[in-house]
Amino acid sequence: MSRSVKAALGALIAVGLAGVVYAQQRPPTASPAPAARPAAAPAPAKVGLGRVALPAEVAAWDTDIRPDGQGLPAGRGTVKQGEEIYQAQCAACHGEFGEGAGRWPVLAGGRGSLAADNPEKTIGSFWPYLSTTFDYVRRAMPYGNARSLSDDETYALTAYLLFLNDVVKEDFELSRENFAGVRLPNADGFYDDDRETTERAFWQADPCMNNCRPEPRVTARARVIDVTPDSRSGPRVE
Amino acid sequence: MNRAPTVSRIDRRGFLTAAGAGAAGLAAGGAARAQAPASAPAPTPDPAITEVQDWNRMLGDGVQARPYGKPSSFEKDVIRRDVEWLTASRESSVNFTPLHALDGIITPSGLCFERHHGGVAEIDPAKHRLMINGLVDKPMVFTLEDLKRFPGRVTRAYFLECAANSGMEWRGAQLNGCQFTHGMVHNVWYSGIPLKTLLDEAGLKPNARWLLGEGADSAGMTRSIPLDKGLKDCLVVWGMNGEMLRPEQGYPLRLVVPGWEGNMWIKWLRRIEVGDQPWHHREETSKYTDLLADGRSRRFTFIMDAKSVVTNPSPQAPLKHKGPNVLSGLAWSGRGTIKRVDVSIDGGRNWRTARIDGPVLPMSLTRFYVDFDWDGREMMIQSRAIDETGYVQPTKDELRKVRGLNSIYHNNGIQTWLVRANGETENVEIG
Repeated sequence: MSRSVKAALGALIAVGLAGVVYAQQRPPTASPAPAARPAAAPAPAKVGLGRVALPAEVAAWDTDIRPDGQGLPAGRGTVKQGEEIYQAQCAACHGEFGEGAGRWPVLAGGRGSLAADNPEKTIGSFWPYLSTTFDYVRRAMPYGNARSLSDDETYALTAYLLFLNDVVKEDFELSRENFAGVRLPNADGFYDDDRETTERAFWQADPCMNNCRPEPRVTARARVIDVTPDSRSGPRVE
Repeated sequence: MNRAPTVSRIDRRGFLTAAGAGAAGLAAGGAARAQAPASAPAPTPDPAITEVQDWNRMLGDGVQARPYGKPSSFEKDVIRRDVEWLTASRESSVNFTPLHALDGIITPSGLCFERHHGGVAEIDPAKHRLMINGLVDKPMVFTLEDLKRFPGRVTRAYFLECAANSGMEWRGAQLNGCQFTHGMVHNVWYSGIPLKTLLDEAGLKPNARWLLGEGADSAGMTRSIPLDKGLKDCLVVWGMNGEMLRPEQGYPLRLVVPGWEGNMWIKWLRRIEVGDQPWHHREETSKYTDLLADGRSRRFTFIMDAKSVVTNPSPQAPLKHKGPNVLSGLAWSGRGTIKRVDVSIDGGRNWRTARIDGPVLPMSLTRFYVDFDWDGREMMIQSRAIDETGYVQPTKDELRKVRGLNSIYHNNGIQTWLVRANGETENVEIG
């Protein structure tokens, strides 16, 4: 207690009482890609607030899965088991074959369409890692009844989604043991943000101010499409 | 502060000299006449003056009739709006800030756009916990009361822009109003503590490189964030604009990730995990990755580049008078402070530097004005933001050349409003 009071007083003295509020909000330097942290920085003093998280508490909340399989629970499920769960709990929104109902997300198909005019981005055509499917389904699906699936049900559903996307055959069983061996078609389809290189031209010392382009012409008008909601739509403020 | 000089009255007249007709290729609308200026002298005395008004005679509400005040009923149109056809369900959807009706740089809390993935979590703050686990010396749990007792509390203004702001405009002009084309942005004064404070308290292992933020809502939103960013300027906040966060903005706890795409600003924040590599979760693989023309995609496009929009005039705020008018707008950059904003009224042929007023803060909305006299000629209005790194806001065509039409996110291209002779204003593309 007395230690936090001392720390607070120290901070007060360090900041001082002068200066407008936004003088504290200093411009940052440009942020490069994450680098290694400097080694052996002195450990900051502890304030002593909060408490240690118990293993059961961490286990309850830390359910995330990584591409290397870190975080996968024990369990297994087959395509056939997954099909039953899917038809009962998923097909109403996502369609019998993952084709999507109405405006709900499409889960299967679209292979080879990514460079086309209307790309279809699905688990099979777009997603890089299978771990994302397991993690997301267990975390957030079914929509409106999240976190209701068991680990085995999640394995089975993930297996069925692989089948719908022609990645595995109908006799496939997915488990923690063989999970890391499944490779999705678009695993190599992503690269890190390169705007500072590929869009270098957008940094200009002296942008044009006069006679910068020929006389412009209107080429498209939102009014012609006319999909803007009128003043009667939108949420009501009560 | 890098304020641009005020445009003088002489310059205001000159502002229009370079305006071209620009009407080629338009459907004939030339018969439209500008309305008579409202400043014309009234032939008879004004009853608003000569007659006693109700509010001039009778008592109004007492002090406790409105324990939490609301805007005047005459401002009932200044509300968040959504576009129903955009999404399958309103619980995983977005609405838009009415930028055309606001001024200055702070967004009123009740008008800050919403973007949820599983609806608004209604959380009892006494039951909310923040856990820090993973590559730490000591996994920890904090209550809201714990967080409010930490030394080093800060208060800061930052813009939050959805990565998909202006995303419906990639293929051409689609929505008529800056609320819809640019309204997935807000700018709020936050109160909270640096994330670094909590990471220091838990103690980082030497191989720590990445963080995972997680929300307590039914979507369980997660995003991977480089540890460097977390240590540099991320905040864990409970306050917005002086009061507690609104439920739709993450009450009671939110992650603030200055300058970076809104999806990373985890609401209803309940957990920070420390790891040695990113998690590649749904919101950074299936979503918030940018598909380019060759079929490959950029990932981890965190920073929101310099951007601006003229909010007045705009389709929802047409010009009503000839003569003196105030053009106004917003500029912002995730790379730092806005250094300058240029405005064109002839579709980018000629530019004038706007007048910036109010606080100019890093990674915050910045307000600009141009005072001008309108002679009733058609205008193609654009604004162009320049930030402290020398980045100049590109045109939509320049962006499309690099990225194609299917990247969905990060559209910071220059917006064009066509102001017609009758003052009506439209969202257009020009070539």
